[in-house]
Amino acid sequence: MGQIKLNQVSKSFGDVEVIPPLDLTIEDGEFTVFVGPSGCGKSTLLRLIAGLEDITSGHIDIDGTDATHVPPAKRGLAMVFQSYALYPHMSVRKNIAFPMKMAGVPAEEQQRRIEAAAKALNLTDYLDRRPGQLSGGQRQRVAIGRAIVREPSAFLFDEPLSNLDAALRVGMRLEISELHKRLATTMIYVTHDQVEAMTMADKIVVLRAGYIEQVGTPLELYYKPRNEFVAGFIGSPKMNLIKGPEAEARGAPTIGIRPEHFDVSTTEGAWEGTIGVAEHLGSDTFLHIHGVAGCDPMTVRVDGELSVKHGDRIFLTPQADKLHRFDAQGLRVE
Amino acid sequence: MATQHSRSAARLMMAPAVVLLLGWMLIPLTMTLYFSFKKYLPMRGGDLGWVGFDNYVRFVTSSAFWPSVMTTLIIVGGVLAITVGLGILLAILLNQPMWGQGFVRILVIAPFFVMPTVSALVWKNMFMDPNYGLFAHLWEFFGATPVQWMSQASLSSIVIIVSWQWLPFATLILLTAIQSLDREQLDAAEMDGAPATKRFAYITLPHLGRAITVVILIQTIFLLSIFAEIFVTTGGAFGTKTLTYLIFQRVLESQNIGLGSAGGVYAIILANIVAIFLMRIVGKNLDA
Repeated sequence: MGQIKLNQVSKSFGDVEVIPPLDLTIEDGEFTVFVGPSGCGKSTLLRLIAGLEDITSGHIDIDGTDATHVPPAKRGLAMVFQSYALYPHMSVRKNIAFPMKMAGVPAEEQQRRIEAAAKALNLTDYLDRRPGQLSGGQRQRVAIGRAIVREPSAFLFDEPLSNLDAALRVGMRLEISELHKRLATTMIYVTHDQVEAMTMADKIVVLRAGYIEQVGTPLELYYKPRNEFVAGFIGSPKMNLIKGPEAEARGAPTIGIRPEHFDVSTTEGAWEGTIGVAEHLGSDTFLHIHGVAGCDPMTVRVDGELSVKHGDRIFLTPQADKLHRFDAQGLRVE
Repeated sequence: MATQHSRSAARLMMAPAVVLLLGWMLIPLTMTLYFSFKKYLPMRGGDLGWVGFDNYVRFVTSSAFWPSVMTTLIIVGGVLAITVGLGILLAILLNQPMWGQGFVRILVIAPFFVMPTVSALVWKNMFMDPNYGLFAHLWEFFGATPVQWMSQASLSSIVIIVSWQWLPFATLILLTAIQSLDREQLDAAEMDGAPATKRFAYITLPHLGRAITVVILIQTIFLLSIFAEIFVTTGGAFGTKTLTYLIFQRVLESQNIGLGSAGGVYAIILANIVAIFLMRIVGKNLDA
């Protein structure tokens, strides 16, 4: 079991309210991602759940029991930190054994769990090394190993991949996803990277300045963003938000159109513009187009084989059924 | 310093400093060795010629030698234990966020700026004097007989005085070390179920290992040669004669330069033995 329920939870540091009262339920076995720009309170929220910070008001239920004043170690949660927080003077084996040693797990059982975790995480050959002798990805795996052996009811990840290089990040992303499928344990994952959120989550919680902007599956957020902020934050490259007469003509103060939802032509279309920068990724090309009223530059995704270059004239037609409309307050209009 | 030319230029420019340092070390050392083989009594005939190892034998066989070695080791060991122990406690305390932190830190460091002679006199007269010292009043307040610190607890008195002087140094080094401890490691240990005492034992203390080593090594160097604190308090009486003090007495009170020089050579040997032991015990903390 690993259901976590936040009930009117808020947090203030002195006079500054970092998290206004919020409600949130994370179901058992769910992979939930907190995503938002830096400083949106997502890490603070995670630390509140972990018990590393005291909440200012409200209460937290874990598995149906009130855990608001339960110390971190007794909440049955394991956490993986951004800096990995491995103990530098202990070997990998001792690092992984540490939580079990603190909990008084018998030595044979410790041994068994360490072996199992090391095997699952490809760490068997490194058990007697110190963290300082490992690469970033290996350290990350040790941190995960230390979390696994506790057999927690939920895992908490605090931006665990942000210290890794891009290639390794993609690999670890997959490994964590596979781990979740295998263990089927609740996981809460904090990141500022919407790609990580989209690829890993069962449920995404988009946060801004402590407020929950939207909760939903990755595709719900992608297809039906509740407001302009979510629309702009989810999806890469970002959605084009168009204001002014062109938007009014389509029935809303602001319209949004994703870069992939354009019909592109060199001869005719609704809007005409000049290609600024063309980013060629091979499979796709991202065009930054200048001169379209209400949105400059407009980002457009076209097929990688379309041969266009800087300075070319180009015509765009937004696909009418893929338009997002937002009212004056930035809320979605159906 | 990549090219041959720049390397030789660098050597040339460093030469004056190196020669100066070498002279600084070699001249006193050679002179000590030179005098240690002579019978040299400035007030009683001056240079009376070579005597071989006579001075060395006399210095070791004197009844004051082994007690002075023991005293030296007790003072060094005692001061190290007190300063490192209290230093860790103070460092942890000063690392807590509190009101007036900067001011408190300056207060803690202050004793280090007081000259050894002055601080020993202050302690001797203001705190430890059996008639009008602060401690005497304190003892009387509780109806006890004041301790005659300088005669009854002479060695402990000196250990206390010297510890007071060196505590700021230990605290300062340990405080900077504690400040570099990654918060997330403590958070992780807390999540892992370690209570405060175990977090200290398993995370903080190992993290401080290297700093403690530095404190011990540096303090030992200076503690082996403390002199002023003994000179102004007990004057070497009541079993407070360290090796350094014994040498001083041989040279200046007995006016026997040869004997004192031989003692100086023993002091070098003792310092090296202590250094080797320390390096063996704590030195391994310094690598990697």
